[in-house]
Amino acid sequence: MRHVISLLIENESGALSRVSGLFSARGYNIESLTVAPTEDASMSRMTIVTTGSDDIIEQITKQLNKLVEVVKVVDISEAAHIERELMLVKIRATGKDREEIKRTVDIFRARIIDVTDASYVVELTGNQGKLDAFLGAIEPALILETVRSGVCGIGRGDRVLKL
Amino acid sequence: MVLTGAEIVIRCLQEEKVEYVFGYPGGAVLYIYDALFQQESVRHVLVRHEQAAVHAADGYARSTEQVGVALVTSGPGATNAVTGIATAFCDSIPLVIISGQVPTAAIGQDAFQEVDTVGITRPCVKHNFLVKDVREIASTIKKAFYLAKTGRPGPVLVDIPKDVSMHQCEYEYPKEISMRSYNPVVKGHSGQIKKAVQLLLGAKRPMIYTGGGVVLSNAAEQLTKLTRLLGYPVTNTLMGLGGYPAGDRQYLGMPGMHGTYEANMAMHYSDVLLAVGARFDDRVIGLPSHFAEEPRKIIHIDIDPSSISKRVKVDVPIVGDVKEVLEEMIRQLESGEARPNPEALAAWWKQVEEWRGRNCMVYKNSDEIIKPQFVVQKLWEVTGGEAIVTSDVGQHQMWAAQYYPFTKPRRWLNSGGLGTMGVGMPYAMGAQLAHPDMQVACITGEASIQMNIQELSTCKQFRLPIKICNLNNRYLGMVRQWQQLFHGGRYSESYMDSLPDFAKLAESYGHVGIRVDKPSDVEGALREAFTTHKNELVFLDFQVDPTENVYPMVQGGKGLTEMILSAEDL
Repeated sequence: MRHVISLLIENESGALSRVSGLFSARGYNIESLTVAPTEDASMSRMTIVTTGSDDIIEQITKQLNKLVEVVKVVDISEAAHIERELMLVKIRATGKDREEIKRTVDIFRARIIDVTDASYVVELTGNQGKLDAFLGAIEPALILETVRSGVCGIGRGDRVLKL
Repeated sequence: MVLTGAEIVIRCLQEEKVEYVFGYPGGAVLYIYDALFQQESVRHVLVRHEQAAVHAADGYARSTEQVGVALVTSGPGATNAVTGIATAFCDSIPLVIISGQVPTAAIGQDAFQEVDTVGITRPCVKHNFLVKDVREIASTIKKAFYLAKTGRPGPVLVDIPKDVSMHQCEYEYPKEISMRSYNPVVKGHSGQIKKAVQLLLGAKRPMIYTGGGVVLSNAAEQLTKLTRLLGYPVTNTLMGLGGYPAGDRQYLGMPGMHGTYEANMAMHYSDVLLAVGARFDDRVIGLPSHFAEEPRKIIHIDIDPSSISKRVKVDVPIVGDVKEVLEEMIRQLESGEARPNPEALAAWWKQVEEWRGRNCMVYKNSDEIIKPQFVVQKLWEVTGGEAIVTSDVGQHQMWAAQYYPFTKPRRWLNSGGLGTMGVGMPYAMGAQLAHPDMQVACITGEASIQMNIQELSTCKQFRLPIKICNLNNRYLGMVRQWQQLFHGGRYSESYMDSLPDFAKLAESYGHVGIRVDKPSDVEGALREAFTTHKNELVFLDFQVDPTENVYPMVQGGKGLTEMILSAEDL
């Protein structure tokens, strides 16, 4: 099962390696991991997308909680939540492809944020499925470069992950 | 008061009432050693290898309730310490390790004696710190001691660059520390405890299984009280020996791979199992799927939530300090009317006694050749069962655990989790320093002892009268045993040629060396060591039967009940 785990962690050097080291040492999967400081600069928020049986996910959250610098851990995928990922794609755009790509960008409500006579850079946010679908809609040979941020997640409604 | 970083380090150790620091100097810790030189309350024990410094601090911690402290230099000093740190980590031993680091400006420059100590030790410490500012030394060391000894204990490393130890700042030791990200649970959930007590009282085939957590939490008294109140059988794991007095009728011996028949059978066929500060290790329960075949309810008390339901599904988890939880269980039992069902308990004990009647610990003694088990039994007799016993890792470790019944906690020091050969002598050093008036024996083998043999020199310098009982069988005995049983008797690299004359070796360090060849000389040699040479280190080199195996045995990958009881079962 796929799970999205959010955590608050002290914003100290080495904190990220403690988390990533835990996953590699215990053989857990990381599909994606994002991290950046929160409005309180002393703390970072991390979103980890992982897969595993219920037992493994239970161990993952317990082991994360055990790390001294981890302040809070929540499996946000246990309830209603929102996931977003940012993608930047550089696409070869020449001749008749230019219009076609522009149309696809509009359909996906993406934006072209850099233009040359031979390429576009497209910015797109959404859940993983939407980003995958966009890439599927573009002729593979035209995709020059793809950058994805990994998933950021937040609980819906009253659910707040805060100190 | 303005002090240098190095002076602050020493002040902090004084504040923490540190008696001994085990260490080895080097370039990056010169300022700290200079500050150490200019005071007297913190005493330094100069080891001969950094691994032994950490093991000795670990042995000191295991035999007391104190945090052990080691001090090493950067680079090789720190890497040599890693085995010691990992050993303590696996057995949850509270340590603070202070390591020197190259100057801040040189970090990342591949400087002389530079390694990423914080990076290398990260997976084998409870936590670690790199102190980049002299103003952070005091609060960091305070945190280190706090982290080491609270919650599930463990080693904490503080890495201090040389320039930071030289810089000055205003010194003040923080009185208290609070960390928003670290709040270990102490008290157990009372509702869960109530559930556990009810489950225990309703049990027909109850069993109490306890581990190192009872020792670490200083809860032996509470465990004994609860066990006697209930009248249930109890077993202590390798790490938990001494948690309940061996020799008592309710005690079934050690469980697991080399545990007793009765302990393993009772574990397996229990209907309610109370696990206390133990973690269902692979050496204790055998194959988890086989263990799970018998339906039973499991109550698990542990301070570390991640130990619960890790290898075995638990029905009543109780997170909390073992001592606190046991006290609450006793309180609930004593204040309630309910008592265990006497008929069911009598029937269960009848079964347990039948298992015990198999006498699985009997071995064939000999008049010709010394049996290693016999040496351990004689050691127990000669020391009146009152010694602190350390061991290394292998067959001798199992024989020590099997044939020296421990009646008190913190008397048995061994590397249970990591299985580190070479811990025996340094553990004995730490224990002897902490308990100068006690008898300290190190049961070892000719292979393990050579892994830290250089410490004979430290023992001389600090006049540590430990008694080394070398069960010399010329083989890496446990490896040989597995090769005999599972690898067609192909003894690949498990025989050691060109062994030193250990007695003479000990003498060359200024100690007493005694070689013992005959069974009839074993007791006399031990008495000589503990009486005539009471105040000296004695190296007893027992020439033991090289073919002896450790039984009973549960093979790796087998279930607890599938035991080989003796060589005849093969």
